[in-house]
Amino acid sequence: MRNTLAIAHKEVRAYFASPIAYIVIGFFALLFGWFYIGILDWFVRQGMQMGQFGMQGPQNMNVNQQMIRPLLLNMTVVFLFLLPLVTMRTYAEEKRSGTIELLLTSPLTDLQIVLGKFLGAMVLYSAMLAVTMIHFGLLFKFGNPDWKPLAVAYLGLFLFGGCFVSVGLFISSLTKNQIVAGAATFGVFLLLWVVDWIGQSLGPTGESLTKYLSMTEHLDDFVKGVIDTKHLVYYVSFITFGLFLTMRSVDAERWRG
Amino acid sequence: MIEVEHLTKRYGTVTAVDDVTFRVNKGEILGFLGPNGAGKTTTMRVLTGYMPATDGRAAVAGYDVFDHPIEAKRRTGYLPETPPLYPDMTVREYLHFVGKIKGVAPKDRAARVDQVMARTWVADMANRACGKLSKGYRQRVGLAQALIHNPEVLILDEPTAGLDPKQINETRRLIKALAGDHTIILSTHILTEVEQTCQRVVIINKGRVVAEDTPENLTRRLRGSATMFVQVDGDRAAEAQAALARVDGVARVTSANDAGTAFEIESESGRDVRRELARAVIGGGWGLLELRPMRLSLEDVFLSLTTEERQEETVNA
Repeated sequence: MRNTLAIAHKEVRAYFASPIAYIVIGFFALLFGWFYIGILDWFVRQGMQMGQFGMQGPQNMNVNQQMIRPLLLNMTVVFLFLLPLVTMRTYAEEKRSGTIELLLTSPLTDLQIVLGKFLGAMVLYSAMLAVTMIHFGLLFKFGNPDWKPLAVAYLGLFLFGGCFVSVGLFISSLTKNQIVAGAATFGVFLLLWVVDWIGQSLGPTGESLTKYLSMTEHLDDFVKGVIDTKHLVYYVSFITFGLFLTMRSVDAERWRG
Repeated sequence: MIEVEHLTKRYGTVTAVDDVTFRVNKGEILGFLGPNGAGKTTTMRVLTGYMPATDGRAAVAGYDVFDHPIEAKRRTGYLPETPPLYPDMTVREYLHFVGKIKGVAPKDRAARVDQVMARTWVADMANRACGKLSKGYRQRVGLAQALIHNPEVLILDEPTAGLDPKQINETRRLIKALAGDHTIILSTHILTEVEQTCQRVVIINKGRVVAEDTPENLTRRLRGSATMFVQVDGDRAAEAQAALARVDGVARVTSANDAGTAFEIESESGRDVRRELARAVIGGGWGLLELRPMRLSLEDVFLSLTTEERQEETVNA
């Protein structure tokens, strides 16, 4: 555990010692703010219209379902672009600079190294999520959203990011070239994103399969505020599998030399 | 302390290390000599647990590097060919981090970092980012990193590469001072380095051990077929060649410059012909401008070692 934390600490330091963390968090904050204003504006108009037509007062609109949920679902697209930038360096850079030799000849297990890198990237990802709390804090100040579904949504987003990070680590462990790692990671993320788009043309089995594989499909219930073990199992096993593959890849690299 | 038995490492169809066997006793410095691509780095990488061997076994401090990697690694300090530095960290932060992952207890860590920085003369750069260090400092921080957990075994891959002459001297002295407490393998392709620092030498070429001995014995053995460089003056320089060739104990004389006034003279095995050569030159009426043993470059060592082996093979066949 101490070794894992040592690696994680080193990773976090590396993110914040270089411009990566600032660029990723900065652009995320900017884009999230954009989405936030857009949806807030839409939400307010909707509320006013409803009030005019006397259907329901704006106070009857649900902030969680009608504002936070679409906002968070839209926001995941930003992660699609930014997370490859976070994970692409993890192994590729160490391999290129030769520091991987230090890690692999230190009394550490492969699992400790992989977990350390995973945790390090997750800390950065959590920092990105923390930015969104400022915006939601404003909602709490001026409105009355329910905090429980929001907490569940964060759990979902955390797991969702974990899946992307574990895939990103695996891809980074396959190459010395950060650009290759980044591009391939983005490709795989995108594929996991759109995999259910062609589902309907594949017949009922294909449809349910692609739906099951789709990364965003599983997020929807979390964002609604529902914890379904089905989705929990999907995310946790996805992360475990990604980390397992990373370990195998590092080990295979040793044999190949 | 270090045992390597029948170690073989293949990359696909390429055999980088072929049935290498040697051992290093406690407190000894072993020189690992060989040209680039001879398999030095691969052997060291197997010993440090960076990669597994295809065949054979290696043990460090009594722990098999494959079966008990963590125990073996805990007792090994390793300086790879390129010092594994993180450019964004300062020297002090970097050594702290390495201390942490090598298992130095938290309470001792700060003191250990200061000790190794003093020992490798990098204390003045303690707060400089590793990425901004000169080549010499990088190399020494790499050495500091290998020493941080006070390992029983030190494996140093070309520790003096890229240093200036003064630093090379200091580093060699440091390595010598480390022997005794530590068991050291150092690789190099510089012969004099081995002569100055090592108690024993393993010469490796094309993945195989071609010689294993003390530097003295090795040099003696090589001096057996030593080459002298002789330069004379005078108009009848051409005749000098014939005169030198007649000297008792001379095996071969070849001209070494266009004017025909300088010669490389190979003596018969085990014979020192310097006196006879000098006498022959003076006696013949030439001026003796230069007479010196030619320094054996590593290439010569290999040439002589590999030729020797081939001759043996022919005899055996």
